[in-house]
Parts: sequence; C-alpha cells; structure tokens
Amino acid sequence: MSVEEVGLPARQKQVQQLTTLFHHPSHSAVPSIFIYGHSSTGKSVTLSHVLKTRKLTHVIVNCVECYTTSLLFLEVLRSFSSNEESIWKCDNMNDFVRNLRKILSKSEEAVYIVFDKAESLRDRNVNILPAIMNLQELTSCNLCVILVSELPWEKFYNGIGIRDPFIIFFPDYTKEELVEVLCHLQSPDTDLDFYRHYVTMVLAVFFLACRDLRELRHLAEMNFSIYKEPIEKGVATVNDKHKLWKNLEPHLRSALQKLYMREVSSDEWEKLQSKSSETALVKRQNIVELPFYSKFILISAYLASYNPAKTDRRFFVKNAGKMKRTAHSMKKDEKKSAHLRGPHAFPLDRMMAIFYSIVDGRVPPTANIFAQISSLVSLRFLSQIGHEDQIDSPRYKCIVSLEFITNIAKTVNFEIIRYLFDFV
Amino acid sequence: MTGTLLVQAQDIVKRRLCGNSLPVQLFSNLQSAETDIYNLLKRTVEYAESNSLLIIGPKSCGKSTLIKKVVSRVKKNENAAKNLLVVNLNGYMQTDDRIALDEITRQLQLENTIGDKVFGSFAETLSFLLQALRTGSNESQPILFLLEEFDLFAQHKNQTLLYNLFDIAQAGLTPLAVIGVTCRIDVMELLEKRVKSRFSHRQIFICNTWTFKEYVGAFKDCLQIKVEEKKKKAKWKIFLAKWNKNIDMLSEDLTVLEILEKQFLISQGLSGLQKLLMYPVWLLSNQHPLITPADIEESAKSLFADSKANILHGVSVLELCLIISMNHLMIIHDNQPFNFHMVYNEFLKFSQKKSHILHNYSKAVVLKAFEHLIELELLKTRDHSGIGISKIQKEYQPMVLLVENSQLLEAIGKYPGCPTDVKQWAQSSIV
Repeated sequence: MSVEEVGLPARQKQVQQLTTLFHHPSHSAVPSIFIYGHSSTGKSVTLSHVLKTRKLTHVIVNCVECYTTSLLFLEVLRSFSSNEESIWKCDNMNDFVRNLRKILSKSEEAVYIVFDKAESLRDRNVNILPAIMNLQELTSCNLCVILVSELPWEKFYNGIGIRDPFIIFFPDYTKEELVEVLCHLQSPDTDLDFYRHYVTMVLAVFFLACRDLRELRHLAEMNFSIYKEPIEKGVATVNDKHKLWKNLEPHLRSALQKLYMREVSSDEWEKLQSKSSETALVKRQNIVELPFYSKFILISAYLASYNPAKTDRRFFVKNAGKMKRTAHSMKKDEKKSAHLRGPHAFPLDRMMAIFYSIVDGRVPPTANIFAQISSLVSLRFLSQIGHEDQIDSPRYKCIVSLEFITNIAKTVNFEIIRYLFDFV
Repeated sequence: MTGTLLVQAQDIVKRRLCGNSLPVQLFSNLQSAETDIYNLLKRTVEYAESNSLLIIGPKSCGKSTLIKKVVSRVKKNENAAKNLLVVNLNGYMQTDDRIALDEITRQLQLENTIGDKVFGSFAETLSFLLQALRTGSNESQPILFLLEEFDLFAQHKNQTLLYNLFDIAQAGLTPLAVIGVTCRIDVMELLEKRVKSRFSHRQIFICNTWTFKEYVGAFKDCLQIKVEEKKKKAKWKIFLAKWNKNIDMLSEDLTVLEILEKQFLISQGLSGLQKLLMYPVWLLSNQHPLITPADIEESAKSLFADSKANILHGVSVLELCLIISMNHLMIIHDNQPFNFHMVYNEFLKFSQKKSHILHNYSKAVVLKAFEHLIELELLKTRDHSGIGISKIQKEYQPMVLLVENSQLLEAIGKYPGCPTDVKQWAQSSIV
C-alpha cells in the first residue's frame, strides 16, 4: 500500500509549507525550491503527494535515471508536450529553453519541474546547475524548479555564483515518529497495538545504529513472523510480552550484526530462519579457491606488505642468532602499525624470498610461478605500483583484508598470525 | 471582498519577489550608469556608431534589470529606435559558438535567407547575416547584442563569436552595440589578445552601496504598493492604505529591524531580502491578511538555519560516535588524514572500555555507517584524483573530516537522547 493514499504521519508541517508555496497557481511561482533531508525522511513522497492532490502540472525527473543531459531534457519536454509524434531533438540548453518556452507559452498556470536526487547534477557540465536554477528567468515562463537531495545546499556551490533557492529542510523522524510511521505502513488488518509494541522492541535494538526508515521497515517485516510464531504455535498469547521478547531477542541481535548487509535475499533469509543453518552461509563467503602456490604467493605478499622489511630476518631466517631484546626493539609504535596505516609497497624480490622460505620443498622459479603473480594482480588481490611497463623490478601491494588472508592461510595450514609483526 | 483584493496585492508583491517586475525606485543609485548606457545606445541608434561595453558587478545588484530598463527606454523614445534589433544571448544557454550562431539567425529572423547555403567560416556566416539586414538602401539597421554571463562566452573555443562581434563593431560597417554583462571582475584577463585589442575597453562597474537605512527602504519598496498601480477603486484604496500602513509598522518593529540587519550584514543584495520576504508573503490568506513580525521571524529562522547542524541531528548514535573518533584523530594527528581502520580502532577503544550500550558492532556494520557518512559528504577523500581507488582498499583511503570541532560539540548538545558517556567522550579523547 502506498503512503499517498492515506496521508503522511509526522510530516504535517512540511505538507503545509509546500501547500502554501503552491497556493494560487496563476500567480508567479517561487523560482526555485531546494528540499533536503536524510534519506527516507519522506521528501519525494510528500512532494509528489502535495503536487498530486493539488492537481498541479508537474513532472518528476530522477537525475540518476536520466544519466545524460539530453535524456533529462527530453524527459521534461515529453511530459509537458501534448502531441506524441513530435520527436524533439534537444541536446543543449538553448534548444531546451526554446522548446520549453514554446510549450509553456500558452499556459498561465505555474508549472513545476522536480529534479530528484539532484546531487548527481553536480557531476554534469558545470553550467547545467546554474542554468537550471535560473530557468524561470531564462524561459520567462511561470515555472518553478524543485531540487530534492540528501545534501545541504552549500554542497552545490560551484565557485561562481549560483542563484540561491528557497530552502526547505525535512528533519529526521524521532523515535516516536518512526513507530508511528512503521505502524502506518502496515496493512490495516494487523492488530495495531500488538504491532506497535513489536515495533517499539525492534527500535529499541536498532535505533542506536540505524535511523533509516527503509532499513528499519525491512527489518521489522522480516522478523515479524518470528515474533508471531509462539502465538501461532499456541505456546504464548498476545499478552505474553516477556515471553515473546525472549523468543525474538536473539534473532534481532544477530540481525544487528548484519545491518544493511542484505547478504541474502529476503526469500533465502526466511528459509534460513526456519533451518537455522546460518553458520553454513557465513562460511561460504570469503573463501576463494586458488592454486596451491598462488595461496603461498598471496600469503608472502601479505607478509611483505604488512611487516617492516627489517623484521624479515627475525621471522624467516632459521638460525637468526640471538636477537637483541632491547627496550627499543620491543616497543611498537601503534601509530606506525601497518594494519592501521595500510599496506606498504614491496619489491618482487622480497616477496619471492619470503615465498621460498615459507613454502615446503623446492619450487623452481619458472614462468608458471610468475604467471600466477600477474593473475593475482588481475584478480585484484595484488596491485602493481608504478607503471605497468616497469619490468625490471616491479613493486606490488597486497590489497586483501586480514580476515581473507587468515582464511586462505587456514586452508594450507599456515599460521599467519605468528608471522605478523603487528600481532607478535 | 478583501479576499480578492488580498489576492491581487499578493500577486503584485509575489511578482516583485520573483524578480519579474521590481519597483523602479529600488535602483535609484544606478542613475549615472543608466545615463551612460543610454547615451551609448542612443549614439548607435541615431548616428550609427558602433560600440562595445562591459557591465561588471556582483550577482543580483541589478545589472540585467538596468539593461532591460535602458533598452525599453531607448525603444520608447527615439524615432529611429523602431528598427533597433536586439539579440539576447546568455552564456548558460548558448554553450558553444555554433549554437550561438543558430540562435542569432533565429532572433534576427533570417532562417529563410540563410536557407541551405554552406559557408566556409564563422566570420563569413556572421557577415552574411549582417549584410542581409541591409534593406534596399545602403542604411543598416542598428543591432544590439546583449551577452549575459559574458565570461562564459570567453570560454568558447578560440572565442570566435567575441572576436567577430568586436571586429565588426570596430570596423564600423554595421551599426552594432555589443554589451556584455558579467559578475567576474577579472573578465578582461579571460579575453585573448586579439579579442582584447578589438574591444573598446569601456567598462561600467556597478555595485550595491546601500546603507542600512536604504536597505530598510528597499524592504518597504518591495512590499508597499502604490495606489496608481491598479484601477482607482475606493475599496482598493482603503485596502492599500491598510496594507501600506502595516508595512510601515513592520519597518519600525524592533525584531524585524534586527532580522533585517542580520541579513544586511550577510549580504547587501536584493536577493537575500527577496528570500526573506518570500514565505511571509506566500503565507497570506483570508484568515491571515497582514504580514506580522512573527512571520518574518519564522522565515528568518529557516533562512539562517545551519544546514550542517541539521544533517548532524539526523545521524545515528553509531555514526555520531564515528564522527567523534574522527574528530579526535584529526586533533591528535594535527589535521593529518585518517583511514577507516584508525577510526574503527579509536571507536573500539571507546566502546570496549567505556560504553555499555554500544555493544560490539561487527566491522562490516561500522564500515557501512562510515560509508553513509561519506555519502553525506561529512568527510571526503583527500585526493580528488581518484586514481587510488583500485590501487588501495577503501578501508585505507585517506580521508579528512569536514566537521569543525565546535560544530560537533554544538550538534552533540542538541542531539536528542545522546548517551552521557558519548557526550563525555566528545569533550575529551581520553577513555
């Protein structure tokens, strides 16, 4: 069920504000309006609701969908022009303004052009945005340009002047308002008090980490069946709030660890919930099957990237002699830790030396081995630093995560943590 | 009855606030500039002199309005002015010289003349166009080229259009006035040498020199309606008397004056004033027929609102914690860039030692929150080039925070239901 049909909870002030601005369509309209607020605070819904209920001539263009300027122009022109067969050729501002003038010259009433997700307009030609903000003046028609975005207006400044619009802010929903909206979105045949209580529980768990209505709605819908389960089985009644909560809580806690992840489709998720075989799924990720030597190459690349070069002796030389344990060498500077600062680049020779010392048996340095290095580069596990044509002594960086490399190392029974300087 | 009168009045004022018909007295300070431009155009029209001129002034100080006014004055008064042709070009619309040439053809209504002719060069086409305007006798029609956003024309390849226009103006065969309007004071630097040498170097600088008293006057001029503007009906007169009296009262109200002064200190321009008055005027209705100081106060509140504070108000506690740890990192490392792992490390230190409510979120969830903050442009990558993206993991991208320390503290003070330990952590980085 769409929100438009039943009004908008917690957005009365904005509706009233917009209605005021759209009053008397025959008068000259506000040249430009800018609406901003966090994602899913009802910006687009409220706007289109007001435009529709007041029966105003308008068009809503999504700037992400219309990824070129001419698509954007065509979309606007097409929605206003009456005869379908006229195919506009319109790929520059001049033609757009001219055509718009031609179409709108007859109408007295104000026309509203909405650009949704307007932040992507900034990536276009630099002159597009200022021209759009000036559209009323350029066309000398009675029109109003409305931009909808998640970013505040000052992010749209581009150096030389851009006309300031009339700004409307959509504040975020409070916790109470979220409960109201979530209940509002439910189909009317659910027991509202029961559902309200449930939503309050869900919010209590998720509210600190997530205030996005869309995500919360998804979570609430996914877990509602679990909440209802004891009732359907006859173990509990509607009023056994505590019992229901005890049943629900572990599921919510585990969902919290995967907030926003959407690792599985909702369909699969439901299946998993019934089988409770979640662990199998987690394991499936993060494992990439590689050739045996490739694994060792990757491990040695990781070690070369994250260990300082001077510690190689300590880790890989068999009879390194007695290391002098001075206070200086023991003290690790946390700021310099490679796991915080990011991987270092290393020359090929160093990686090969580590490779030979960790791999069992003799491996001849054939083209096979080197070919595996370049395939690791194309798999984006390694990245080559500097120019590609530098054949002499290429330098690489290992760009996989610690979690990934421990999984790889486990498959070849190599305890990588023991060889990492940051964890010694 | 007052209803329809109110709607009429509202219509008039709305038109002014949208910049369509501003009251004349607003631009009394531009008198001398107006005479200059007027004389220049007059010479073009009467004695077929060619001229070029640049009008330079900040945004919304009345450049375009001034030009429009002068052109309409010239058209009204002079005998010869009937055949003055005006070509309006705008840098936003004519984004290259080919489009500009098409538009010139269109505005001179020469599409038929040009037909399917093929021309070698830009200059040939333009001179053909101008030739075509010479009617039977040898006398040419005077043409005014009005180039708004003049600086954008200077970005066109080779500045062909500008070169040709100035060249023709200098050659003096066709009476041609070229007037450029721009807000860039360094516009002369943008012109190529050969273009510059053909330009007459006549420049008029316009700027808004309103004092606060005049600013309040402008406020009144924007809202008050003169009786002559409509038919002189008795009811209309009575209504206007009431309306104008209310405006007078508003301009003496202390809260209104305070707001006006604040706006005046931010920008002297008219556009700020228009923005301020917009909502109160739109708000008028039968139940609420006169503007009250409270309306203006309300409008000012939303106009002066700090948008970054608004955005910070809406982030989740987890995201807020990340911003706090970034802020600490920026202070500790003396504004050096940081990456996600450093932020996460800082966050872990806090959540493990201090906070009981922020139980361990998985790293992936924290990363998502971090990415959301990037999306909100509260932090950005240090290098704009974007070369590094495939060469380095996103967790290690160097980032900088775009929130000031004071801004953050203020936002935390206003944040609804902010946990106490988070508040304390924001004050000092020691956990």
